[in-house]
Amino acid sequence: MKVIKFTNLLALAIAMSLSVVGCKTQHPNVIKFDDQGRPIAGSGADQTAGNAGKLDTDSSGINKSDTTGIAMGNGHPGWPEDREALKADTIHFEYDSAVVKPGEHSKVTAVADYLKSNSSNAVKVEGHCDERGTDEYNRSLGERRAQAIRTELVKAGVDAGRVDTVSFGRDRPVDTGHSEAAHRKNRRGEFVVLTPPK
Amino acid sequence: MKHVLLTYFTSCLLTTTVALAQEEIPIPKFIEGQAKPIWLNVTGINGEALQVLQFDLYVQGFNFTNADGAQYLISGSANGNFQARATDKYNKSTIVAHAYSGETLRRQVHQFADDFVSALQRKPICRTKIAFKGESRPNSEVFIADFDGQNAKRVTQDGSIVAAPEWVPGRMALYYTSYKLNHADILYHDLSSGDRKMFARFGGSNMSPAPSPDGTKVAMILSKDGWTDLYVQSAGGGTPTRLTKSPQDESSPCWSPDGQWICYASKDAEHRVLKKISPSGGQGQRISTSGVPNPTEPDWSPDNKWIAFTSQTRTFQICVVPASGGEARVICEGEDPSWAPNSRTLIFAHRTENGYTLSLLDVPTGQVKDVSRISGSNSQSQPSWAR
Repeated sequence: MKVIKFTNLLALAIAMSLSVVGCKTQHPNVIKFDDQGRPIAGSGADQTAGNAGKLDTDSSGINKSDTTGIAMGNGHPGWPEDREALKADTIHFEYDSAVVKPGEHSKVTAVADYLKSNSSNAVKVEGHCDERGTDEYNRSLGERRAQAIRTELVKAGVDAGRVDTVSFGRDRPVDTGHSEAAHRKNRRGEFVVLTPPK
Repeated sequence: MKHVLLTYFTSCLLTTTVALAQEEIPIPKFIEGQAKPIWLNVTGINGEALQVLQFDLYVQGFNFTNADGAQYLISGSANGNFQARATDKYNKSTIVAHAYSGETLRRQVHQFADDFVSALQRKPICRTKIAFKGESRPNSEVFIADFDGQNAKRVTQDGSIVAAPEWVPGRMALYYTSYKLNHADILYHDLSSGDRKMFARFGGSNMSPAPSPDGTKVAMILSKDGWTDLYVQSAGGGTPTRLTKSPQDESSPCWSPDGQWICYASKDAEHRVLKKISPSGGQGQRISTSGVPNPTEPDWSPDNKWIAFTSQTRTFQICVVPASGGEARVICEGEDPSWAPNSRTLIFAHRTENGYTLSLLDVPTGQVKDVSRISGSNSQSQPSWAR
């Protein structure tokens, strides 16, 4: 009897601790940066849920992109767009976050593979937001989402010059509803294949 | 064993409470305007002229009552042409008395309202212009209009997306972001000639242009180096100077009226803050917005005294803080404020069931009126007041 109680209590404790992690996480993998963009020593592993200040809602280990800012190329003006080829690989984000979630990494890999086997093509990453932020804040956030995806593609071996980015902020929702379900669909990065002009 | 588990359980509970407490963003209390309106009594004027006069003066901190309660008496007529006289009830002196002709009745009343507030040593605003984004999903265009939303004109016809139109101070010219060329570019648009030129088309997104008070420089948010950072570039072109270097977001730059500072929305230790930085570089300095969380979309008043901004909680509030930072004050619900030349009236956008509407706010009194909606666009946002 007592054992059962303990077990219940243990389960409850674990559930509680999971819910803590689930709704409020500063994951150990989150690295902070100083004003110069350098990672702050010790800012990763010593984070705990108690001192977290960020509204990250990911429950599965966040792997924040360790970007140092990869310079953009000149883009691919005039290259015809194919919005269908990589449509299934649209990447979704948490609220107010520009972190590519681990669960979305297989899509990054798929896009990287596509670019490897279609070596003359390029890709444009379009960053989008839900309606909850202000206009220009969202425009910056959408760009950071696109840049985070670009960084992951570069890590996966794609040449940085083949990846363009653009932010639409909250101007192009896929769902114009106001529910959380609609918001979730709208926080995204879409891939548009660019093919060389004939 | 039991003790250990209980301790763990308790600590989990505590952690949960802390976590919830942190997620719970307090909504600042709505504070009614602190200043009382100046009371006016109007006689002899009716119809459109009265409507226009009341709108014009209400959004500058005046309100209307009977002759007993009024400080100023305005009498006049609007039979064809508008004429009016304003007198100070206490010393019986005539403040202003004119007959107007030409243009439209509306313009004549605006002229009188301007003459009246000028006589009270205030900057007139009723013949100024606004620019804004007018949206008919999925596209948006740049519009300009009189300050009250009348005489709106579409200045782009691109069938694409535009964002963040900003006036060049003292000129009939705008900068804005355009997606016309399938890219987020910053364009310069001379409204007198209709000429447009590409101002910023770097790799990534070119966003949130803010021309300096003398028009010689433009602050903006670029991602050409891989992060969304604040840059400043000569209006004549050339290479932009990078002012911030941070993987966090920077957005919505604006200038102090003396051109010494660029104020922008940023983050400090994961908290959203306002900062200012010299256009020639250096460290960004925090501008405190004490008592109000998540500031964004700053706009610096022309008299150098205030910064208006948006606070985002579950909703959006228009707030004002001294330009040097300090105690911030929530005025009303809304987003993206832009100061009038008088440094007391703001134009801002607020969400309705059918998109955004623009409103005018007299900051000292908290008096608000919606501006006219534009036919052919179901949402009007991102206002910029010409000054």
